Amino acid sequence: MTGTRLGSGGRIDRGQVIPFRWGDTVLQGFAGDTLASALLANGVRVVGRSFKYHRPRGIFAAGVEEPNAIVDVRIGDRHDANARASLVTLQHGIVARPIAGWPSVTRDAFAALDLLQRFLPAGFYYKTFMRPSWSRYEANIRRMAGLGRASHQPDMRQFETRNIQIDVLVVGAGPAGLAAARAAAASGRSVMLVDENPDFGGSLLWQDGTIDDRPAADWAAATTAELAAQGVTLLPATTAFGYYDHNTLGLMERRATAAPGWALDRLWCVTAGKVVLATGSLERPLVFPHNDRPGVMSAAAVLRYLRQYAVLVGRSVVITTNNDSAYATAAALRLAGAEVAVADVRTAPGQAAKDATALGVSVIPGSVVTDTGGRLGVRWADIGPADATSKKAATRRVSCSIVACSGGWTPVVHLFSQSGGKLRWDAAASAFLPGIGRQDHQLSGGMNGVTSLAECLASGHRAGIAASGATMLAAPRAEPAAVETPLQPFWFVRIPGARQWLDLQNDVTVKDVGLAARENFQSVEHLKRYTTLGMATDQGKTSNVNGIAVMAELTGRGIAETGTTTFRPPYAPVSLGGLAGSRHGLLYSPRRELPAHGEHLALGADMREYGGWMRPACYPRLDETTAAAIRREASAVRADAGLFDGSSLGKIEVCGPDAAAFLNLMYYNNVENLKPGRLRYVLLLREAGTVYDDGVIARLAADRYLLSPSSSHTAGVLAMLEQWRQTEYPAMHVAFHDVTAAWATFVVCGPRVRDIMASLAAEIDLSDAALPHMALADGHVLGVPARIARVSFTGERSYEVSVPAGYGPALWRHLLAQGPTPYGIESLSVLRAEKGYILIGTDTDGLTMPADLDMSGPLRAKKVDFVGRRSLTTPDGVRADRRQFVGLLPQDPNFVPPVGTHAVDASRKSLGWITTSAYSPTVGRSIALAMISGGRARIGDVVELFDRGRVSQAKVCAPVFHDPAGEKLHG
Amino acid sequence: MLLIPCPWCGPRSEHEFGFGGEPAVRPQSSASDTEWADYLYMRTNPKGRNTELWCHSAGCGQWFVMERDTVTHAIHTTREMGA
Ligand SMILES: [Zn+2]
Repeated sequence: MTGTRLGSGGRIDRGQVIPFRWGDTVLQGFAGDTLASALLANGVRVVGRSFKYHRPRGIFAAGVEEPNAIVDVRIGDRHDANARASLVTLQHGIVARPIAGWPSVTRDAFAALDLLQRFLPAGFYYKTFMRPSWSRYEANIRRMAGLGRASHQPDMRQFETRNIQIDVLVVGAGPAGLAAARAAAASGRSVMLVDENPDFGGSLLWQDGTIDDRPAADWAAATTAELAAQGVTLLPATTAFGYYDHNTLGLMERRATAAPGWALDRLWCVTAGKVVLATGSLERPLVFPHNDRPGVMSAAAVLRYLRQYAVLVGRSVVITTNNDSAYATAAALRLAGAEVAVADVRTAPGQAAKDATALGVSVIPGSVVTDTGGRLGVRWADIGPADATSKKAATRRVSCSIVACSGGWTPVVHLFSQSGGKLRWDAAASAFLPGIGRQDHQLSGGMNGVTSLAECLASGHRAGIAASGATMLAAPRAEPAAVETPLQPFWFVRIPGARQWLDLQNDVTVKDVGLAARENFQSVEHLKRYTTLGMATDQGKTSNVNGIAVMAELTGRGIAETGTTTFRPPYAPVSLGGLAGSRHGLLYSPRRELPAHGEHLALGADMREYGGWMRPACYPRLDETTAAAIRREASAVRADAGLFDGSSLGKIEVCGPDAAAFLNLMYYNNVENLKPGRLRYVLLLREAGTVYDDGVIARLAADRYLLSPSSSHTAGVLAMLEQWRQTEYPAMHVAFHDVTAAWATFVVCGPRVRDIMASLAAEIDLSDAALPHMALADGHVLGVPARIARVSFTGERSYEVSVPAGYGPALWRHLLAQGPTPYGIESLSVLRAEKGYILIGTDTDGLTMPADLDMSGPLRAKKVDFVGRRSLTTPDGVRADRRQFVGLLPQDPNFVPPVGTHAVDASRKSLGWITTSAYSPTVGRSIALAMISGGRARIGDVVELFDRGRVSQAKVCAPVFHDPAGEKLHG
Repeated sequence: MLLIPCPWCGPRSEHEFGFGGEPAVRPQSSASDTEWADYLYMRTNPKGRNTELWCHSAGCGQWFVMERDTVTHAIHTTREMGA
């Protein structure tokens, strides 16, 4: 037990005790704690095992940059398999456990891997597990490495999405962000302020300082209250994770409570007039041997745990630093009663060191920690000269439970970089700073290299004014910073062979970077991928700069020359559920129902989704298989009569004086000479000459047509007609209107169809003279306005009866009472296959041209240009070996070769493939449709079929298996 | 995400728009195979300023011309077809 809670101080509520589970134990924290601070207060040291070597790891940081404390957290039915303990607000009902380590983090069965570290260098996996293939090893390696286990249960968390436009978005509510929001709010513009922490204030909540004569934390609280009163949208516990084009940012808000029915987690898509980036900076580690033991922490985090959460992480602390900021930690620890020694690599550390010495801190200039010991956490640290080249150079060994380190500060330039901004290495600041920006934003505070409180406030204020045009407001003031002794860059200790970690989460050491340098993976992008530096879930927030600096030194280049990788969203992990929002399940895409949906359900239809529509696949009787139902329905259509719901078939009305001329320029077939009241089967091509859609076109009047595209192409056909009208033929007077949903359409067909039609008391002449095949007429049936068309998708005499959608259920019931067999889309598929009627997208693909379907007649007859015409006569369009639409009769009449089965030549080279296959109850055997190279010339030949090793034979035939002369259409 | 100024509706979210590619002039049907292939498949795809067709498909439904920078994604102008 090393960490303890102090009796007073901190921003926690000691009156509100919160019990929580950590593994098998029940611990207690207070309101205001994070899971990380509560664990430290309870003396927990080991919170996980490292990714590669399974070494014990403890909490390193206090914020989003935490590399080690990735834990599994459940609260009720909510589950996060990879939560960062430092971002989890402690609340009632938390059940947390480490994600790695079996059987437990303190006794890890895989810990022996660490002994093999010599044999597990960077690139080990690439080099070792390549033969015979990575996939042979992958599952086992992942089990050993892995992060959290995703639950197999549905995600019970709810998410919602909000889209918003705002004048000024301020990201980060530390001193700079608060000052910027305060200035922008004074302009009267709409302002939004976001911060990833539950409380606004950033470092003001745990660092010393006075602003406008108030303690800094009080100023932060007062300013926040002022902003709320001014109507500024305040989003605490919200991570700005992505900065996209045109000042659009993605924010993920994690709320502790929400009104019933509303989600806790909200994705905000914010488009801002101006953005103020006040994202601050993160302390980076000073790297030294064995710097990965539990108890090695960021010096700033040690200070934050002490001040914000009243947690003294250890009573004996060694601090190793190369800059002044760690002395604030040293002083605060000393005042809290800890023994503190500071190893400062600088030989003349200056005033900060003197002040610390006066408090009783032992400062050793020109030194660094050269080693640490302790199996499950730091027990001692060796201090030696900063230029030590051997562990033997250590001059003293200090008993301690914590080694706090500071290697300087890394500005959080992630969002700036994501927005397209370029970074530059600033040697004086020893950091990558924003260079040339690309979007409309203002930069302020730590992310722009500012270090003192006074300057952060001033730069935030200036940014807020610039972003909003506010005037007449005094900037918040803090006392000017004391003169600092400059940071001395120090990237690693020069002890050969010592294990010094750069990336704690992915177990990347200085040695690994050395190996990458020797093997010539020297560019930062190669370094990253070869060693996995910075590729863990923390995205290298604490390791990237150190890794690049080590590579720069080892290759004798400057850091600027070595460069940095590009930052990409997300800044911090975002749950997939959060990105999906409410767009899942039934809300994923609209599901359309037929007007007679309820009638189909009442009949026990097997309803499935086809192109967005819920449609009956078939109507199986009790104890009837799907296959049996399809055979029964298809047979009934041929022998008696069938009833089909065709309401989802597209209906687009085209009207205007130029309707005929326009459609003639669009369609493959001539539609200008179509007489009113008549129908024609047509193809619509793409400009490349390939078949986009087929359908039936009806001429209602001289200036009015009705198109019936296939169900799933209606929206696409409508969009295509609009595009051509607007972009190619803007002078033509023609308009389009999708009336699909206005009509219920039922198809009655089969030998007995005329009896059924007679029952409709149609005020429409149904005689073949008045209404032949491919004709339509308007009138009334059963006293309801109706349209009757004679068109057939089954090959049987067929009537399509359309009534306004609201009359659909009643008409369906009436027709059904006449005794036809209702049939579904799967049964229709068998019927149309028997006739060789194509189904677009099934029998055709993106390369199919009309001639491939033996439909080249219209091209010869048509004089005007139409979409795709020129492509039909290109060399590719007239190739002799094009795949052509043919029928296949399998030699074994009971074997139905699956769709996708290839027809092959003598050398097993593919000639094409089967596009439709079925058992035909009408023909009493299996049948198939196929696209075969030069297929029409092969009619009568036997070809070999090949499917996943199974070989069979089939005879090529014309693509029609039933009633080739089409007599039944009129029968 | 782009904020696109539709010539008819004003600035609207990219979600509402469809992309139509670079406009190409449709040759006569007497065009050679090469001319026709150029029209079908060849685009300049410049790095920088480019002229494109867009459609406000989930809005007014109008096609329009947009000049856009393919590197910075800055939108220079949008105008009605034929304007
Ligand atoms: Zn518009």
